[in-house]
Amino acid sequence: MERTAGPSAPATAPGDPEAARRRAERRAERITAGATELEQRLADLLRAGLAGAEQTGGGPWEETAARMVDAQAPGLASRVRELAAIPSSGPGWPVRLLEECALLHLLDRGWLHRERLPDSLAATVRSRVGLSTSADGPPVRDHWLVLAQYDTADARLTTRRVWLYGAETDRTVLLLSYGAAGRPPELALPVGLALEAEVSAYPDAGRRRVALGRRFAPPEPTRARPRGVTTSRATVRYGEALRDDPWLDSVPVVLDRVVPVPDGDGWQLADADGDTALPLARTTGGQPGLWRLVALSGGAPVTVFGECGHRGFAPLTAWPAGRGTAVPLC
Amino acid sequence: MTRTPAPTDTSAPTPTTVPWPSVVPTGSPPTDATAPPAQPRADTGTGAGTGPESDADTADSPPGADAVAGAGTGAQWAPPAEAGAQPVPGRPPAASGARTSGSGPGGVWEELVTSALLGTDRRTPPGGERGPGAAAVLLDAVAAETVRRRAGLRPARAAGRPDPAPEDPRPPLPEAAARRLTMLLTDRPGTAGGGRRGSAPDLMELLPQWLATANARGFAAPPQTLPALLDAARGRTDLRPAALKFAGPRALWLARLNPDWRFALRATPGGGAAPPGSGAMERARRLWAEGLFAERVALLAALRARDAVGARELLASTWATERAEDRLMFLDSLRTGLEAADEPFLEQALADRSRNVRATAAELLSALPRSALAARMAARAATCVSLDRTRTPPAIVVEAPHECDAGMERDGVVTKPPAGRGERSWWFGQLVEAAPLATWPARLAGRTAEEIVALPVSDGWQGELHAAWCRAAVRQRDGVWARALLGAPTAPDAGGPGAVSLAERAKLLGTLGAAERAEWVAGFIATHGLSEAFQLLGMCGVPWATPLGRAVVDALNIARDAGSYPWSFSGVMGLAERCLDPSEAGRLDGLLAIPDEPEDASPGAGGYWAEAFQRLVTTLRLRAAMAEELRAGS
Repeated sequence: MERTAGPSAPATAPGDPEAARRRAERRAERITAGATELEQRLADLLRAGLAGAEQTGGGPWEETAARMVDAQAPGLASRVRELAAIPSSGPGWPVRLLEECALLHLLDRGWLHRERLPDSLAATVRSRVGLSTSADGPPVRDHWLVLAQYDTADARLTTRRVWLYGAETDRTVLLLSYGAAGRPPELALPVGLALEAEVSAYPDAGRRRVALGRRFAPPEPTRARPRGVTTSRATVRYGEALRDDPWLDSVPVVLDRVVPVPDGDGWQLADADGDTALPLARTTGGQPGLWRLVALSGGAPVTVFGECGHRGFAPLTAWPAGRGTAVPLC
Repeated sequence: MTRTPAPTDTSAPTPTTVPWPSVVPTGSPPTDATAPPAQPRADTGTGAGTGPESDADTADSPPGADAVAGAGTGAQWAPPAEAGAQPVPGRPPAASGARTSGSGPGGVWEELVTSALLGTDRRTPPGGERGPGAAAVLLDAVAAETVRRRAGLRPARAAGRPDPAPEDPRPPLPEAAARRLTMLLTDRPGTAGGGRRGSAPDLMELLPQWLATANARGFAAPPQTLPALLDAARGRTDLRPAALKFAGPRALWLARLNPDWRFALRATPGGGAAPPGSGAMERARRLWAEGLFAERVALLAALRARDAVGARELLASTWATERAEDRLMFLDSLRTGLEAADEPFLEQALADRSRNVRATAAELLSALPRSALAARMAARAATCVSLDRTRTPPAIVVEAPHECDAGMERDGVVTKPPAGRGERSWWFGQLVEAAPLATWPARLAGRTAEEIVALPVSDGWQGELHAAWCRAAVRQRDGVWARALLGAPTAPDAGGPGAVSLAERAKLLGTLGAAERAEWVAGFIATHGLSEAFQLLGMCGVPWATPLGRAVVDALNIARDAGSYPWSFSGVMGLAERCLDPSEAGRLDGLLAIPDEPEDASPGAGGYWAEAFQRLVTTLRLRAAMAEELRAGS
């Protein structure tokens, strides 16, 4: 899952540019203070040892998260909140907590020294910290196929992710939209539709997130399918993407000719024409989605779109062998 | 931007090869023997930390930032510096070359984790220094290692694949019908909140009808709907046969992979009905000899339905060695397709060690009017019932048996009555119930069934006698007697607690043809209203015949005008939604308006009635659409 820092407010402030610049400076100073404080908090944790983190519970983290909200760094705040949940996340939690602490530390350092980073990486850091950016990339027109649409919700916000695949540009992009708690976001693009439209990229390094621009025709059902790759190629994609964004949890990938295979307590997607396989991530998609995928396959190769990352492969949509429309798994 | 060397863009950053945590099941060896966890790759160590851009500006800058910038000598992770790493797209892990072990990044990782767990105050991290700065140094190193490990993830070795699912030769469902099925399966009752149903149709209740239609048309289930179908069949046993038939062979393949769906394998022995043909009987014999109890019951029932003699012979072949409770269940399966040729086997079962087996055998024999047992029972029953011609009009006189002798007991008469019943009337009821109904016209001066039922019965025996005749008519499926015992639906005592209870009436209706049944219930509702009609309506065929449907709608309309609340009729309303002919929807439009409330009406009842009728009409329209969707494509 792509982590995000919440809805983006319009980046351009009203009034004269000088006032806007001063506001941006003040906000950067507050974030810097927040990041410095967070660094101290992480250092204290590591000096005392993670083994004790299970006992302390989430209270201190909640407080730190609130401090990050005060510092106007929502990206840092949500990462801190996720840290709080790790000690109760089952076996192996200390290593996961250590990894996430270290990546948070990396983000802090990235912010504190952003002026030394290459432009695109600095943009990624700003976005990860939670500074709103605007989709300023040039408009890209394509026939966009809806690969997946799914919602995640917390107490305040419902986040909808829509993955689109551009047949002509061979690009996979992400649309984000938001709804207030309990209410579905407005934008709805069900899987299996395609629309002729322009999108503009946000300035993050991966340039995967886009905003939807002009639409030239209403979405229509399509039998078009995205091109897929092997499991080996999928892991290489993730590795390559980490070079631009080390905080990336996963990348969107279409796997071609894979078979769901039970493996101990879990499942794999195995290449139909090889002996390699990707483990399925346990959390995303959920059991109903997994069984729909297994039923659709019936032991035969299928095409699967999903998010491939360090937790494994999270299937989101599948296409049967031969003809047949897309089946949402989430 | 100058820090990202362009030529390396095509090469994957592959610092270490680490399987996913979930790739290697705990307690098993690593799936990729050549890439054990935490083993470094030989071709990765050299590039790290010697990036082309390592320079002086790191002197006063924190290493973590350098890691992000990809420039620092202090950071172990610098993807652009991995130019020396071999590109590995498409290369399986087994071919990824030689590796070294020892002091590489893998070992470093273990030490980093240990330091982090214990705390840097107690344990100095590798390559770090003591003191307050140690924690930050540790985090730098861990950040670099984490990204390095993630970037180095490679696919696991594929596990053993299950055999593919068998082909389903049926034609695929039309697209609109497939969408409808998904809607029916995902509807959750009670999502509207509260106890009241509102005007939205209850989709789950329409599933049985949908499945019956789809099965009648012989469509195959869309594979992705199988999990929801199996879940629905698991939760509702009444849905199981139709749901499993529709789900087809792939559902059984799927059920073998998920313990929650084991029931599907039990319900269909040997993975579905064995195809007839050479060897079918041989397979049946093997399953009969080796199968589990439930599999054997299902096998016998399936076989009996298409080959009555074969099923009986199969059962007879092992009868003597079966356990008593199993014998009872097996014997019960002979109910299907019961025929005169079953008599010798059943006669022999009358001598069974188990009382329950004897009773069931006797019951089955008494349903064969020409059987020796039926003749014996007829003789016994006839001696208890006579016609007293001295009275005007003539009356039936009952003289119940004084004892239950050994012969009666052998023929299945249960000696001991239930608590609160006299034993003589208990024995009498069993004799009349088991005697062929043809006994009575002969015994009672050639009168017809109707005339016999109309005769008065002296000394308060009418209830006992008529109830026993009802049971006999149901058991012998005798429409003439059933009609006589039911009487006219408009008779005043038909609605009240007469000699024949509502439950008995419902069973009697079951022996009549569908049209006659509907007509009788329509007449009953027109006279007696809906309050007692639920059970009787349940016996009527779907969709309801036009006169019956109109009788129900008229009665609902009358109930509304009488000012009661609709939920007093929620049972009938629910039936009407599922059973009324969808073409009647147009006639209901007049009922959708909220009527003026009469003074004695329950407050707000009019609005609730309008809502209930709205749901009825919506459901009928939905059923019409469902049927139309399933007509397409065939």
